[in-house]
Amino acid sequence: MTRQHPVLRLLLLSLFLALAFAPFLFPGTKSVATASRICIFIVLAASYDIMLGYTGIVSFAHTMFFAFGAYGVAIPLSRGWIGWDAILVGTIVGAALAALVSAAIALLSLRVQKIFFSMITLAVASLAQILATQLRDITGGEDGLTFSLPAELQPSFRFLADPIFGVRADGRLIGYYLTALIALALFLLMQRLVASPFGTVLQAIRENEFRAEALGYRTIVYRTIASAISAAIAAVAGGLMALLLRYVGPSATLSFDVMTDILLMVVIGGMGSLTGPALGAALVVLAHYYLQPFMQMGFDSLADVRILPALIHPDRWLLWVGTLFVLIVHFFPAGIVGAFRKH
Amino acid sequence: MTPVLETRYLTIRFGGQVAVDSVSLAFHAGTTTAIVGPNGAGKTTFLNLISGQLRPSAGDVFLRGKRITAMATPARARLGLGRAFQLTNLFPDLTVLENVRLAVQARAGAGLGFFHAADTRTDLTERAQTWLSETRLSARAHNRVTALSHGDQRKLEVAMMLALEPEVFMFDEPTAGMSVDEVPMVLDLIAAIAASRDKTVLLIEHKMDVVRRLADRVVVLHQGALVADGEPAEVVASAIVQEAYLGIRPANG
Repeated sequence: MTRQHPVLRLLLLSLFLALAFAPFLFPGTKSVATASRICIFIVLAASYDIMLGYTGIVSFAHTMFFAFGAYGVAIPLSRGWIGWDAILVGTIVGAALAALVSAAIALLSLRVQKIFFSMITLAVASLAQILATQLRDITGGEDGLTFSLPAELQPSFRFLADPIFGVRADGRLIGYYLTALIALALFLLMQRLVASPFGTVLQAIRENEFRAEALGYRTIVYRTIASAISAAIAAVAGGLMALLLRYVGPSATLSFDVMTDILLMVVIGGMGSLTGPALGAALVVLAHYYLQPFMQMGFDSLADVRILPALIHPDRWLLWVGTLFVLIVHFFPAGIVGAFRKH
Repeated sequence: MTPVLETRYLTIRFGGQVAVDSVSLAFHAGTTTAIVGPNGAGKTTFLNLISGQLRPSAGDVFLRGKRITAMATPARARLGLGRAFQLTNLFPDLTVLENVRLAVQARAGAGLGFFHAADTRTDLTERAQTWLSETRLSARAHNRVTALSHGDQRKLEVAMMLALEPEVFMFDEPTAGMSVDEVPMVLDLIAAIAASRDKTVLLIEHKMDVVRRLADRVVVLHQGALVADGEPAEVVASAIVQEAYLGIRPANG
């Protein structure tokens, strides 16, 4: 293993500390929700990296597994079974289903050429999207499902009468730390996994599948297990997302916008490192949430100038996100982590 | 005595081209067989058929009397067929130690360990280090493969096969592209394997001095077919080999 560059370490440490103390450092509903979202996307992007960066499998079905977990939690809660047991059961069922479907896709199609595997995942993901909008009785169709959370997760719940460092000790705080701790546990689990003998074989498959087979590794078995684990973890992230939004719908969990975001996070952060996708997740989520208001500020302050304000009009924020990403991919083809890697 | 490895009428056609043409050979434990022939004679293809990268159009492969023709490459490797490749075939972005440890780990059947760090299996790491020192690569253990010289990559290729501790060693021009001072070390390693009574060595080699030193049997392939089989001295001297391998044709040819 190569040692991490000091700048990279600093970045990772700041991200960790910022997330660990987010409710105290950045109080406010919106910023805490953003921090939750970052935690969730770190898990989602890192689990995708196990497929893309470590094993070299390009799948477009990752959002589908994310949705399995989200709907797994949403379905019982929206039907009035509101409790921790419902959340637990929903997450487990969602994750198990994700692992199963992922393993089935892998077994059926990993033998074919990689490009066809990608096409098959795309087809299955589209099918899931159609099913989610059509099976209205179960999924709520286009409208999705809204639901309430167990009392302990509601903003009105107080576990302490007095605020902690000026932050209300309410259900939102519990919800954030629940998300953050589960995300941390899953991230550490994944780090363990990629550094394990199993993880080394995955990298060997990425590097040279032909040779991995010649050494005696049944690569299809390894790839199938990798995609099952990755899918199950994505489903847990989906469950957390459902709790954060108190809503699950096709556009929030299943759309290809989410898939594009995951790809961007992994590619911008740096494939095959887990810490890269974590940084990428933070960056992409922050860009989504804060670039527009930031541009509004610039727009207002430059109101008297001629062309500039038109360029940074808040409505053009997607243009700038796009430009930013093209530049990053062009100048740091190996992502943020790759740029700091010592050779 | 059952041969360790046997091919019967082993044939593969690519389109209309017959690359390996009904080759029947038996290899016994403790022997080292050199496979020689001009470029395109089907030598590497023959090894690919044995190690399973290719499936034959006709004929069979037997390992210790068991038919393995339909078996996939990984299963054959686990049964003891070790293969080193002619064109360097490694895991380029991993370190030298990781490359060898992957082989050690495959041999130990430890690839499905999920929750311990790979480098905490000190037994595997130590074994990998042993093979690196055997091949004089210890100093390079923590370099990525992409940073190695061609000669070192060839040595790593050999180290990985040694680490598999197979019963059948298949070398495909092990010293090609190596600097002159590295060649004796690799040849000594092969000679040490060849000297053991229970190992079987197949060696594709162009250099006749290497063949004479290591092999106790030489088989000649020409246009996919077996054209000579015998002791090194007699095979090298025979007219058919002169034609097939050295390109000396009879006057009317």
